[in-house]
Amino acid sequence: MPQIPVGPEVHVAVRRGPPGAPEEVPPPTVRKVSPRRIRWARRRRAVARFWHQYRKSKMGMIGLVILLIFAGVAVFALFSNPAATNPALTTGQPRLHSPSLTYPLGTDNYGISVLTLVIQGSKTSLLVGFVATVITMLIGTVVGIAAGYRSGVFDAAIMRVTDVFLVLPWLALAIVLAAILGQNLTVIIMIIGLTSWPSTARLVRAQTLSVKEHLYVERSRALGASGWHTVTRHILPNVMPVILSNTILTVAIAILSESALSFLGLGDPFSVTWGSTIDKAFSAAALTLGAWWWLIAPSACIVLVVLAFTMCGFATDEIVNPRLRER
Amino acid sequence: MSVLSVRDLSVTYQTTGGGVPAVRGVTFDIDRGEVLGLAGESGCGKSTIGAAILRLHAAATKIEGTILLDGENVLEMKPGRLRAARWSGASIVFQGALHALNPVKRVGDQIVEAITTHQLAGDREAKVRAGALLEQVGLPPRRIDDYPHELSGGQKQRIMIAMALACNPSLVIADEPTTALDVIVQAQVLRLMRGLERELGLAMLFITHDLSVLLEVSDRLAIMYAGKIVEEGPAEQVFHHSRHPYTAALAAAFPEIGDIRFRHRPSGLGGDPPDPQDIPPGCSFHPRCPKAFEDCSSVEPHLYPAGDGRRAACLLIEGALASAKDGAR
Amino acid sequence: MSDEAAAVVETPVSDRPVLEVRDIEVNFAGRIGVFGAMLGKKAADAKAVAGVDLTLHEGEVLALAGESGCGKTTLARVIMGLIKPQRGSVLYLGEPIKDLRAYRRRVQMVFQDPTAALNPRQTIYEIIAEALRIHRIHEGPNGESEEQLVARALSRAGLRPPDRFYLLYPHELSGGQRQRVVIASTMVLDPQIIVADEPVSNLDASVRGEILSLLMKLREELRISLLIVTHDLGLAWTVADRVAIMYLGRIVEIGPAEEVLQRPLHPYTKALLAVVPEAGGVDRPILAGEPPDPTRIPPGCRFHVRCPEVTTGRAAAAGVEPKCTGEDLGLTELRPGHFAACHLAAMGGPAEG
Repeated sequence: MPQIPVGPEVHVAVRRGPPGAPEEVPPPTVRKVSPRRIRWARRRRAVARFWHQYRKSKMGMIGLVILLIFAGVAVFALFSNPAATNPALTTGQPRLHSPSLTYPLGTDNYGISVLTLVIQGSKTSLLVGFVATVITMLIGTVVGIAAGYRSGVFDAAIMRVTDVFLVLPWLALAIVLAAILGQNLTVIIMIIGLTSWPSTARLVRAQTLSVKEHLYVERSRALGASGWHTVTRHILPNVMPVILSNTILTVAIAILSESALSFLGLGDPFSVTWGSTIDKAFSAAALTLGAWWWLIAPSACIVLVVLAFTMCGFATDEIVNPRLRER
Repeated sequence: MSVLSVRDLSVTYQTTGGGVPAVRGVTFDIDRGEVLGLAGESGCGKSTIGAAILRLHAAATKIEGTILLDGENVLEMKPGRLRAARWSGASIVFQGALHALNPVKRVGDQIVEAITTHQLAGDREAKVRAGALLEQVGLPPRRIDDYPHELSGGQKQRIMIAMALACNPSLVIADEPTTALDVIVQAQVLRLMRGLERELGLAMLFITHDLSVLLEVSDRLAIMYAGKIVEEGPAEQVFHHSRHPYTAALAAAFPEIGDIRFRHRPSGLGGDPPDPQDIPPGCSFHPRCPKAFEDCSSVEPHLYPAGDGRRAACLLIEGALASAKDGAR
Repeated sequence: MSDEAAAVVETPVSDRPVLEVRDIEVNFAGRIGVFGAMLGKKAADAKAVAGVDLTLHEGEVLALAGESGCGKTTLARVIMGLIKPQRGSVLYLGEPIKDLRAYRRRVQMVFQDPTAALNPRQTIYEIIAEALRIHRIHEGPNGESEEQLVARALSRAGLRPPDRFYLLYPHELSGGQRQRVVIASTMVLDPQIIVADEPVSNLDASVRGEILSLLMKLREELRISLLIVTHDLGLAWTVADRVAIMYLGRIVEIGPAEEVLQRPLHPYTKALLAVVPEAGGVDRPILAGEPPDPTRIPPGCRFHVRCPEVTTGRAAAAGVEPKCTGEDLGLTELRPGHFAACHLAAMGGPAEG
């Protein structure tokens, strides 16, 4: 467990003694301190401090545990045999079997174990969620910081474009894009990424505007810093926490979006996801046939993962956003 | 009888990291028509005392000792009595006054509200009184219909003073009332407060970090360090002929223009005020004291008579060391 | 008072000007809403600085004093190159500034609020080293490493031993220590000029003296010139060689500190000195009213609306009142090295005091 320096330990007193006493400038210290080592020490401490606070949040810890379980399942799915979801290979298995010891979550109308479907689905759902989020964050951060830092006409122009994207009905756009570009995972990821960055850009821009006003930004300008230096050394590190907590919430939204698209039949027909499993169950009239497990299992996964991401997001938000912490 | 009489007041804030003693046994009196200046650096507990007198603390805060306001112990008052005492017994003028006015209400109505809340008068009567109060604080009565944003900083502070006077309190607590103001406006407000205090025979507790302001308005000065009063006495004496090394260092931060001793010779103390959770043993000032000697780190001084109506908590005062060691035995 | 204390401290001031400000003017555009603009309204520009000349000599401490809104901070920001003036120029060592980056290596700024001036997410080491990285300085003039330069800057600023501070964050330091970090971060580039905007007014009284002593020590040892922006004339008395008083965007009086603070010529300087609290409650006259609006600068002498010499009729008695209300004037050298912008003082009256 990393040590968190608190209280008097880190309180270093300044020179004590009569004012005006002659001060010798001592020779620089012998111990070798490289800037890189200092940067790493700082990062380690930042992470340690974050974890120290995060651990106190019950909500955040529950969310984290759920996420770790799903992440474990997804990793397991990566190395397991996807053949188990091939209908051609499951002909010998009972169809629409209710949950039992052999089939803990029952089987579907091809006799495929719903548990296998859910496990394979977790891999795809999490992958789509993460990659789409990375795209969202990259576009949102670059656009948001550019607009916030370079105010004026540039900012106004960028923000109008953002507004257009913001009011685009994403579902309609998704349907159109899927129709044009075809239905595969890459397209799904692109659709989600391209439609969800505007809200991130707005958030980042607002945060940039407020960080930009800080005196230390002016101080670095007075030191002769370039715009790039100011952005990378002062603005980005101070906007980062907000981006981080927003990222976690965005993953949840991306997973939901993927499920919705798959459910509407816009997903990749060859990959198993939670959304496509629900879609198939729905088309096969699972409820009418009494095969509730077929619908419930993937739905529960979606709810659990989205809930877990939201919980982690809120917990992170509370740490990085001091105003929330005071409440 | 004193208007305000504080005895052995201790205030401890409760935090997740344990109790933080902000005030550690403070005793003082303020008479009618007297201004007591309470000075010290940030975190010394001076504002805590102001808030304790009106019991404006969070519920978990531990307050010990007695605070007699017009002979009645504030710490034992029932909620209803306390509310009444809070504006008609003692009122407070804050530093943040510039933001304490409701921006969407006319200033006159805000004064009227202060009066009618305490059921001292009907609406019409209160309005007349509000006009009179404005004149008293040197504002034209027509300002009564202005909104706060139409007033300058100095004028807003005058409105806050008028509100503090609205219910004829016997004690006014002024917590850094002029800190945010410009020097000339500050001088105007200080003169106004001094004049009102004389005219109305108020008792006033004037809290600030700016010792030179206190010299202007107070009759007596009390200097606080780390939750305790370290020197107390007539303002002139304390400022110009300090007996406590800390007071002397503070006073040196406000040099007299023309005094050649200060020319090109800024003087200050090394170090910083102590962490309230980690107060040094003995005299809490000894680690920074230029005159500290061996006993200072082990013997805790109390306030000793130091001549000219003054008391100082320093072992260098004649007889202090002996009496402190006696007391400890 | 001992003789030793009375002895005037030798100051390393030379006659060589390091920084010259020539006829600077800064206007801030007035704000009107979209609707105001549609209705054809025009906002008045605020003249923050209205034609200021100022010279800072090598090793000199110049205090720039005045009330808030007088333009002193704006002028400091112009000198730092943070604001572009509408008119006028800043000369460094007699030359106009061509390379702002190179200039900024030599001219550094200390801010009023050290807490706000430090990035809370940087360690002290990174804060100090930042200036070196910005200017791509990888080693000192004598081959010192970055770490050695940082260590030297920290110890010069009185933060010793320096390596104990490397990994701390600003919030782990006291206010006085933070201001030392700000000063250390300027020292690392070996500046020639430091512009300090109210360097101690956010600090506790007992710590102020130490920070001022530090600045004085740097000036003595390194011959740094200091421009200190302050509202506190007591501070000016303690540290400044010369004092300039600003009112509504103009310098109204400038000269040696002893002269300006002890034998002021301008009525505004006298008014400022009258409110420096001294021996309790003497009924000194206090200037009425508040600093006027920089969007509406009165004609004539810009101080005449509040000037006690005008309101009490002394100016009229001396026959200069028409000039006061109608004729704008610049600084005139009324005593050796002591300039003031006052019609009444220029003609020899009133009795000095």
